[in-house]
Amino acid sequence: MSEPTKPAAPAGRAATKKELPDHFKGYKHVWVFVEQERGQVHPVSWELMGAGRQLADKLKVDLAAVVIGPDGEATRQAAAEAFCYGADLAYVVADNLLADYRNESYTKALTDVVNTYKPEILLLGATTLGRDLAGSVATTLLTGLTADCTALDVDADGSLAATRPTFGGSLMCTIYTLNYRPQMATVRPRVMQMPERVQRDTGRIVTHPLGLVEDDIVTKVLSFLPDRDSAKSNLAFADVVVAGGLGLGSPENFQLVRHLASVLGAEYGCSRPLVQKGWVTSDRQIGQTGKTIRPKLYIAAGISGAIQHRVGVEGADLIVAINTDKNAPIFDFAHVGIITDAIRLLPALTEAFRARLSPHSRDRIAS
Amino acid sequence: MHIVVCIKQVPDSAQIRVHPVTNTIMRQGVPTIINPYDLFALEAALELRDKFGGEVTVLTMGPPSAEDSLRKALTFGADRAVLLTDRFFAGADTLATSYALATAIRKIGETYGVPDIILTGKQTIDGDTAQVGPGIAKRLGLLQLTYVAKISALDLAGGTIEAERRSEGGVQMLRTKLPCLISMLEATNEIRRGAMVDALRAARATIVKWSAQDAGVEDISKCGLRGSPTIVKRVFAPSPRAEKAVLIDFSSQPPAEALIAEVFKRQPKLEAELVALARGF
Repeated sequence: MSEPTKPAAPAGRAATKKELPDHFKGYKHVWVFVEQERGQVHPVSWELMGAGRQLADKLKVDLAAVVIGPDGEATRQAAAEAFCYGADLAYVVADNLLADYRNESYTKALTDVVNTYKPEILLLGATTLGRDLAGSVATTLLTGLTADCTALDVDADGSLAATRPTFGGSLMCTIYTLNYRPQMATVRPRVMQMPERVQRDTGRIVTHPLGLVEDDIVTKVLSFLPDRDSAKSNLAFADVVVAGGLGLGSPENFQLVRHLASVLGAEYGCSRPLVQKGWVTSDRQIGQTGKTIRPKLYIAAGISGAIQHRVGVEGADLIVAINTDKNAPIFDFAHVGIITDAIRLLPALTEAFRARLSPHSRDRIAS
Repeated sequence: MHIVVCIKQVPDSAQIRVHPVTNTIMRQGVPTIINPYDLFALEAALELRDKFGGEVTVLTMGPPSAEDSLRKALTFGADRAVLLTDRFFAGADTLATSYALATAIRKIGETYGVPDIILTGKQTIDGDTAQVGPGIAKRLGLLQLTYVAKISALDLAGGTIEAERRSEGGVQMLRTKLPCLISMLEATNEIRRGAMVDALRAARATIVKWSAQDAGVEDISKCGLRGSPTIVKRVFAPSPRAEKAVLIDFSSQPPAEALIAEVFKRQPKLEAELVALARGF
């Protein structure tokens, strides 16, 4: 006789009911890692200060900035600036060994500050630096880390509820780190709104030593080649963005998107499948794993609107969707839709915009 | 030289559909592929092997069916494939996954020779976290170079490696010591067409299959769901906006004109701004 089949016991989930272990109960306050590279603070850090401020207010705790960098004006300035974006205090690890980002030295600096001052929540930008650092720090601390969150909130019991797309961006999920501290999360640039900068005096600064000498750090930076400005796409900050998806049918048709973008003085982008097919380079990808955009006008041509794409464009003031499929999910979040073939509409739209925006038609605008 | 390449079998995300009524993932019949980012790591490993000699071992953790992806990796020319499969690994988050993979890499080192380099893709297309690579490095006490665009020099005798790493504002040229973990950036190479001889070899190759015990896992509570500090409380489809898109009626005028009229009706200030913007070009 065969054994009766039992439903699989949810072994791990049972553990989630437990109370927070005693040694984690002293972990308090919300921290934001302020990322600076070569003297520049990455804007995502200030965006996170805005999100962190809301969490701290709900929890009735402090918001702290963690600034790690070389001993000098740039690091001092970054710490001072953090107060203007809402920090109550700043932890600073300033040492000239931290002039360049290196995983070893930054992981030690951040891990040491966390172990000493014990935050309950630690947020980092999901940049190449932030992701490199967050993975190492979370593994060192053996705590949970939720990547690329699109929403952060605290529950009634004070736990961090971190929401992110899952299953390749086709569904959303909310993730908790219940029995470990700190609760760590990364957020991609431009996902959170930039808070208003308010001029404020510098507040309490707690300095912490790095405790390393150069010989302790194995990895050496031989040189740094900054990107040429012309090579940088301004996609994330553009006022107008035109993007294409699989509905364009062929890589050649992608030039229709570029033509319209050029007439509008806009940046162009694409959905993920086009990058995977090699039609467009990855720096033009819009969505969860690409750029998040917040333009005044976004025109999506032949893009079906998977969640993975949606989360990258929802901050746009006006979303216009062109698609032949009236059931495409993009019509669920676009403001204006037109059910037609983008391959045929784009050239007409380009000409019509060109005529309307040319200097000769300015009288019409004035009237 | 011994290189271990970590790969993951993932659902082909282009084929995933959400059930329109129940909002659940329709997984049935979705084909699986090797995570596309991992192919850049595999090709980088094969190129290093071709140049410096040695062996490439591919490693994955997954259900028994993940054997398909390992066999595929062998057709490209990998020398050996190890499948880490056990129900204890199910439900692992990135921390528990890095524990299992790091343990298996240690075992691979004991069994087939200590690896000089661990290569991974920059992230997977299903989880998209980019956390497992750094997790493995930290657990093995290895140095890590993530987002590497190019391995520019390798000195096996001296035990050093130089690589170009993409950072936010440019490219860092780094030198570090072996052994180390490298995550390769996408579009840095193109996976080769496997040779016929590799395809034939792959078809009859034995995939090494390890349970948690085989791999040398000492603490099963660090694996799978139990070893995962994060838990997924809720999975949901995002709610549609209250009102759906207003659809343009173009029965009485050309669609382009109708669309532009609607855009400027909703964003009256935009037209003047666009004129200014367009003149800048």
